[in-house]
Amino acid sequence: MATFDAPRLSGRRSPMNESLRADFRHLRCSGAFWSLRAVDERAQNFSVRKNVPQPPATSADRGAMLTVYADGGCGYAATSDLSGPGLQAALDRASAWARASAARSLIDFRALPHVAPRGEYASPEADARPWSRSEWYDLLAAESRDAGLDSRIVDWEASVETRVAEHAYLTSAGGEVVQRYRFVMPNLSVSAHADGDTQTRTLNGYRGLAQQGGESILERFGFSGSGRRIADEALQLLGAPNCPQGRMDVLLMPDQMILQIHESIGHPLELDRILGDERNFAGTSFVTLDMFGTYRYGSELLNVSFDPTRAEELASYGFDDDGAPAERMYLIRRGILERPLGGTISQARAQIPGVANARADGWNRPPIDRMANLNIEPGDADLDAMIAGIEHGVLMATNSSWSIDDSRNKFQFGCEWGQLIEQGRLTTVVKNPNYRGISANFWRSLAQVGDAATVKVLGTPYCGKGEPSQLIRVGHASPACVFTAVDVFGGDN
Amino acid sequence: MAISAMETYFNDVAAFLDGALLPGEVYTCMLDAEVSDFVRMNRGKIRQPGTVVQRYVRLHLIRGRKHAEHCMTVCGDLARDREALSQALAALRDMVSDLPDDPHLDYATDVHSSRVVRSDPLPAPEGLIASVLDAADGLDLVGIYAAGPVYRGFANSLGQRNWHEMTSFNLQWSLYHRADKAVKTAYSGFDWSDQAFATKMRGARERLALLSAPARSLEPGSYRAYLTPAAIEEIAGMLCWGGFSGRALATRQSCLFKMQEGAATLDAAVSFSENTANGVAPAFQDEGFVRPGSVPLVEDGRLVGSLVSPRTAKEFALASNGANPSESPESLDMATGKLAGDDALAALDTGLYIGNLWYLNFSDRPACRVTGMTRFASFWVEKGRIAAPVNVMRFDDSVFRLLGEHLVGLTSESELVVSDQSYRARSISSMRLPGAVVSEMAFTL
Repeated sequence: MATFDAPRLSGRRSPMNESLRADFRHLRCSGAFWSLRAVDERAQNFSVRKNVPQPPATSADRGAMLTVYADGGCGYAATSDLSGPGLQAALDRASAWARASAARSLIDFRALPHVAPRGEYASPEADARPWSRSEWYDLLAAESRDAGLDSRIVDWEASVETRVAEHAYLTSAGGEVVQRYRFVMPNLSVSAHADGDTQTRTLNGYRGLAQQGGESILERFGFSGSGRRIADEALQLLGAPNCPQGRMDVLLMPDQMILQIHESIGHPLELDRILGDERNFAGTSFVTLDMFGTYRYGSELLNVSFDPTRAEELASYGFDDDGAPAERMYLIRRGILERPLGGTISQARAQIPGVANARADGWNRPPIDRMANLNIEPGDADLDAMIAGIEHGVLMATNSSWSIDDSRNKFQFGCEWGQLIEQGRLTTVVKNPNYRGISANFWRSLAQVGDAATVKVLGTPYCGKGEPSQLIRVGHASPACVFTAVDVFGGDN
Repeated sequence: MAISAMETYFNDVAAFLDGALLPGEVYTCMLDAEVSDFVRMNRGKIRQPGTVVQRYVRLHLIRGRKHAEHCMTVCGDLARDREALSQALAALRDMVSDLPDDPHLDYATDVHSSRVVRSDPLPAPEGLIASVLDAADGLDLVGIYAAGPVYRGFANSLGQRNWHEMTSFNLQWSLYHRADKAVKTAYSGFDWSDQAFATKMRGARERLALLSAPARSLEPGSYRAYLTPAAIEEIAGMLCWGGFSGRALATRQSCLFKMQEGAATLDAAVSFSENTANGVAPAFQDEGFVRPGSVPLVEDGRLVGSLVSPRTAKEFALASNGANPSESPESLDMATGKLAGDDALAALDTGLYIGNLWYLNFSDRPACRVTGMTRFASFWVEKGRIAAPVNVMRFDDSVFRLLGEHLVGLTSESELVVSDQSYRARSISSMRLPGAVVSEMAFTL
């Protein structure tokens, strides 16, 4: 029976982490390696809907997962009882799982390193004074007032979700990592109805405005005053014709590009999917291990990075949830596939280098390969030039519909907002713009990549995957991009 | 049934809150808790085994028409949770003090206590998983076993107490032939039966053998199709995404608002209801209202009802029927038809047998037009006999057509499909659905 005497980590100490450190030192385990991953996450939700302040909702979610390697197996146990006896009980359960599963384990955990990462991470503005409830309600009420401008506007809402979180990772090999996060995720949504049709417009999609840091996000995205603009655009859509059908060029704006990246690059490159873990639920991948290093994923203009270092982006961090230090890496360079989205365990299984992306969505779910920040590097085309270069096409903005097969190949996506491009000029607004394609071909039709001025740093808090199911925050930064000869169509109404 | 430690704990929390209230205050309190074993499998071996013990208390403080809510993890020992609960109450008190009145607040004031416990012990997961993997010896099995007790409790300061405790299991597994060709099977319930599992595994093996034939790729176009109950679950799931919501219907954001306006109908054979009496979800909701045993939603192809939460009822002057804030069905029932399940392939004649659908979304919500993919064991059928597996196809069609003018018939048997979702917590929603034969289904890619 070994015990672990944890070294002390310099720097900031929260009450939770101080208590955990002390309790961790006294845990007993006969496994070869064990770790504790604790999460303390607090959230506030404020909303004004149709000019009525909705009741505030807050939450405090605290718990820990203990993981044990023993006899070549691995087990975990999670608990919301953070007392010493509570943690010991979870450690014992994790140890029992490791031993019970060892003979049938898919992975020989004796071959995996006993990590001892040490370090800290903090979001931008992590310690800045947060807005008060009344400040938030005042802002949301103003946007709500401006949005309800017409009798055809049938529903509208201005809301915000703020979160602060502290994650601690302690290992029996001497690892100690503390990461502190702050997130602000404002949202605007307006629905208009007339003559048998309903159109909804949002500010960059539902919870599409999601970054790390504080209230400075509001200024970066011009939140104030957007209520009226969004409402006006919803009314424009109500009077617009359907998007035409045909094969044409499309100019995808960043708030649609993030979905295109997410579904047809991010998920297919997840190494656990390629290794088959997700085949019963989220699916497999058209990408196979032999493609890395040689496969042409897209045109020469396609450069995709895994970048956990972009400070304001939603899924930046210093270490992943298995303790791997996070670094910026190219996944696709000049169109050629270089490396997958796979953490330490998946890399060992596949014998291929990956990235630090083993992540869990909370204390009660185990880490699996996730996207984190997945970005398209900007090119050199300015937006006006991209529009001017299109003879017959459509601009599409703000994702509203997403569907893709379980190999992440045949997709169909829809947007809130469309605008025809005719002979190099933006013309008629169109509703229900949809397009479909095949991932393996689509990125090869990438014809122009917007410059840095067209880039937006967006993301979603709702990427679903895993058994048991997990919803995690992912960030995507993208410029506007042009694709040629895309299968485009509209709605029925 | 004996009182579990979790129920005792929740009753103690409620008693503590009763004593901590100030005059003029009302509280409601929900407990969402579970003790879950999760065993993830891949390639016929164990990928990630673990246990999760979680307890969440949602405390809602009301003073006049002002109110706020706080959700928190608790450790399950009131002696140690008392301080955190007191702090939460104090923080809510502070929040409520400067809020405006909420014109849409409503909560149960009539006391309707209840207690439902179904908590027979399950086999130890370690041995059970060993028998599952032994049964799949030589096969490429991937899946998840999730099991253990799930607890839901409601209490308020008016003395109402509701307790819902279910110990259940849900084994979902796929047997892969190669690439994306697989058979997915589910076995869920309250009492594990080795014989029932063996029967399901034998059926899965038989269907797996059918996947060894060369796959056929279909050209885009309209095809006659049979959709299994598992495939119908995906379509019904889209209707549950706001379709039956009282608020979404009132604001014309529901995919079914054209049915409400009389501009669209489904086939007369189609009926849906929220059948709480025969589901596994609790018969009480967040504000303490009791749910009716059944809420008719669609009858004879016409929209006849919706799920109305107390808040929506206040806003739109409707009658509430015990819906949760999401106004999404938790125990959806689709009425059966007259087609014997054994005759489904004969009724299909020549067309597509769709074992599962996948990743559906709206391509035009007001038109109830939905796109999605075929997945798992789907086959081309000729003259009532399976001819070949098919490669995945994308459909894009309106539910008004699929379950309307193009519906040929529904099977006379239905299947209980228990949700396998476990986002944040194990779902306790379910659907009871028949299979359906349709004369045309539009495939696009």
